[in-house]
Amino acid sequence: MPDSASTLAPLVRMTGVTKRFGPVTVLRQVDFEVWPGEVHVLAGENGAGKSTLIKILGGVHTDFEGSLEVHGRPARPRSPTEAAALGVSVIHQELSLVGPMSVSDNIFLGQTLTRGGWVRDGPQRQQTRRLLAELGLELDVRRPVEEFAMATRQMIEIAKALSRRTDVIVMDEPTSALNGPEVDRLFNLIGQLKGQGCGIVYITHKMEEIERIADRITVLRDGVRVGSAPAGQLPSAELIRWMVGRELNEQFPRHTPRLGAERLRLENFSVYPEGGSGRASVQGINLSVRSGEIVGVGGLQGSGASDLLLGLFGAYGDGTRGRVQLEGRPVRIRAPRQAIAAGVALLTNDRKATGLVLSLSIVANATLAGLNRLSPGGWRRPRLEEVASERVIRPLGLRTASFDLEVGALSGGNQQKVAIAKWLQIEPRLLLLDEPTRGIDIGAKHEIYHLMNQWTAQGIAILLITSEMPELLALSDRVIVLHRGRVTAEFDRASATPERVLSAAMGTERLSGNQRDPTPAEFDRRTQAG
Amino acid sequence: MDNGAMRRGGEWLKQVLSGPAGRAFIALVLVALVGVIFNAEGAFYKIATHRDALRQASVYGILACGMTLVIIGGGIDLAVGSILALVAVSCATLAIHWNWSSWLAIPACLLIGGCCGGLSGFTAARLRVQPFIATLAMMVFARGMAKYVSGGMKVSTAVQNPDGTYRYVDVPPLFEAIDRRILGDTVPVVTLIFAACLAVAWAALAWHRWGRQIYAIGGNEEAARLSGVPVVFAKLWAYVMSGVFAGVAGICQAAQEHQGDPEAGVGYELIAIAMVVMGGTSLMGGRGGMGLTLLGVLTIGYLDKILSINAVPEAGRLMLTGTIIVAAVLTQRRRRS
Repeated sequence: MPDSASTLAPLVRMTGVTKRFGPVTVLRQVDFEVWPGEVHVLAGENGAGKSTLIKILGGVHTDFEGSLEVHGRPARPRSPTEAAALGVSVIHQELSLVGPMSVSDNIFLGQTLTRGGWVRDGPQRQQTRRLLAELGLELDVRRPVEEFAMATRQMIEIAKALSRRTDVIVMDEPTSALNGPEVDRLFNLIGQLKGQGCGIVYITHKMEEIERIADRITVLRDGVRVGSAPAGQLPSAELIRWMVGRELNEQFPRHTPRLGAERLRLENFSVYPEGGSGRASVQGINLSVRSGEIVGVGGLQGSGASDLLLGLFGAYGDGTRGRVQLEGRPVRIRAPRQAIAAGVALLTNDRKATGLVLSLSIVANATLAGLNRLSPGGWRRPRLEEVASERVIRPLGLRTASFDLEVGALSGGNQQKVAIAKWLQIEPRLLLLDEPTRGIDIGAKHEIYHLMNQWTAQGIAILLITSEMPELLALSDRVIVLHRGRVTAEFDRASATPERVLSAAMGTERLSGNQRDPTPAEFDRRTQAG
Repeated sequence: MDNGAMRRGGEWLKQVLSGPAGRAFIALVLVALVGVIFNAEGAFYKIATHRDALRQASVYGILACGMTLVIIGGGIDLAVGSILALVAVSCATLAIHWNWSSWLAIPACLLIGGCCGGLSGFTAARLRVQPFIATLAMMVFARGMAKYVSGGMKVSTAVQNPDGTYRYVDVPPLFEAIDRRILGDTVPVVTLIFAACLAVAWAALAWHRWGRQIYAIGGNEEAARLSGVPVVFAKLWAYVMSGVFAGVAGICQAAQEHQGDPEAGVGYELIAIAMVVMGGTSLMGGRGGMGLTLLGVLTIGYLDKILSINAVPEAGRLMLTGTIIVAAVLTQRRRRS
């Protein structure tokens, strides 16, 4: 906390910040301050508005209401460059370093030392070495940054920020790609920066990190500031309550269906998105889904939930380990085509990037996954396609003038319905839904909830990811929670509370009290009980 | 007069003209208008002019058919000009020197083209080399093959005797059949071959499952893959078809020149790409079609013919064509909605 005469004013003071995207208000009257020499943790669930607030501070979002002061003077950075000139640096999750360029060239990128237009490599390297030495780093500054480990690159990024007279450093989940010792080094560095009077804004979803380094915590929820308190006065239980906060009223009636036979069973399932030699984003998952059941997968950013579904669907090719059983039979799915043939469908979390072909018509998209069946002998049957599209689209309540419209011209909700229609076309037996209601209006959301009830009544099994806690709790018959690629908790419908799910997602609550994975015997007992 | 019908008609016209097909059509009409204005003392109205325009555009047009398939799938095929030369020298060798019958020579030539296309397709689709690089490599490789097969010299009807002297042999019937005009001397056979290629490519794109898959891949490859589309296989086929069409073009080229020239087809791939783009098929992939390519082929083909009947020297012709391609593509650019 501020204690000396030089820190009478905060480094940054944001007052009454409101930000709207079209009709949606994502931040409402938020106040936020950063003082010299403190680590200020910004906490909140996915979609609470943390990133938006940071983007305003970093000059990415320029139209907002409210005021922003830096060093006590009103400021309104119109670009990241202007924000950097004010002394505010944002270290993003995707680093802003140029891989093939050397360390020193990266540090001086945009402010290259020159004489008569020629680069002065010597002084650049010398200054870079001095800068890195201050951070306790000794590197060959002539090597390209892409040859260094992730943690080192992050340090280089921080050094780059410091080379520009920075006193506010924003770190957005900096540890998501780091291992234990690397995290320790980063935290040491943060300690040094604090000592030099920098203010650090730190965003994280990990409770242990909050406990280790936070001096002050501000919690956002649904775009509103819930509160701000010194870390010592905010025990983790209270913090979780601040983050969850809202009343859970039964907005989405889930008709508990008759559960049928086991449809999907995963044993010790791991996913390696970059192939077998890379890092596992999902590790040792044991899971069972029965016909007619919705199993919710909870987790915050970086939990690996999406990778679990992608890996299961064969999107990572050979990059999975472990046993998968569909309806009691062991299967090996290495390509989406094989998954589709086995009656598995995956609704991806980004319909524009991975779900739909926006340049094609509604019919073309709705029949894409079932094209082989609809074109026997290879030649397409347009009439058949139309009938088949009609059959799956009609129950979804998609209102449109013509099925020949380009999907890119539809509203978000209608696009999502087309993406869903594509998968109903193959008559799936297991639906993997990744954020099925992202970016669509409340009416369309309720239609999709209603459909999920219908599908399970027909015996379809659903594995559901959603970052909206009320949705997760209301729709799931069972919830498993992932944290850094591992299952940290499993709840049945009655025992799942927002607090418990969130603390498991942040890594405070663990299965069996430690990091050990359950043995198959334990797993059996639990799934039979559930 | 029915006012409503007129307004509906107006709406329809506006809609058509705002699409890529409408704009490509306008470009063609403008070029035709230029022909009417600069008609070179009536030469533009002679049937022979149109016949020649179509004949000269046909070889390019055949290449553009294959190019369209590849471009819609999000790729590019720079190798077609070289494959044309390789097939032309192969075809001349088979038909003139080895006296193969057409029934053997034609399939063999198409096989050569298809294999070349398949090789660049394998490199691009399976080995994931950028299409530009993969087909650039094939372009160089096929040119080398053409020179190897021909020994670096034109394969003509002048055949060398064992004692070093030359004798002339007859032009093979295959070449004469293609280098002919039918229907009362009005329609060149190469133009008919172009029309047939157009029809095949159109049918594959519009009516075959593969066509839908290639549009999907060009539009959003990841979404297509996650929808179970066999991405590698479909892309590979696009390159194979482009190679086969280049083979057809190579046979036509050899037949028209009565020889196989290993230097033939240099730069043809760029003209084919220009025709495809002129029609309004997007280089980003996912949008376009054979109808558009036909319009593009006609526009560039006629433009060249009109400039040449007006005796514009080649230098000016090339500069004007370049300018008009840019102008056409600028008007084709999709406006952000």
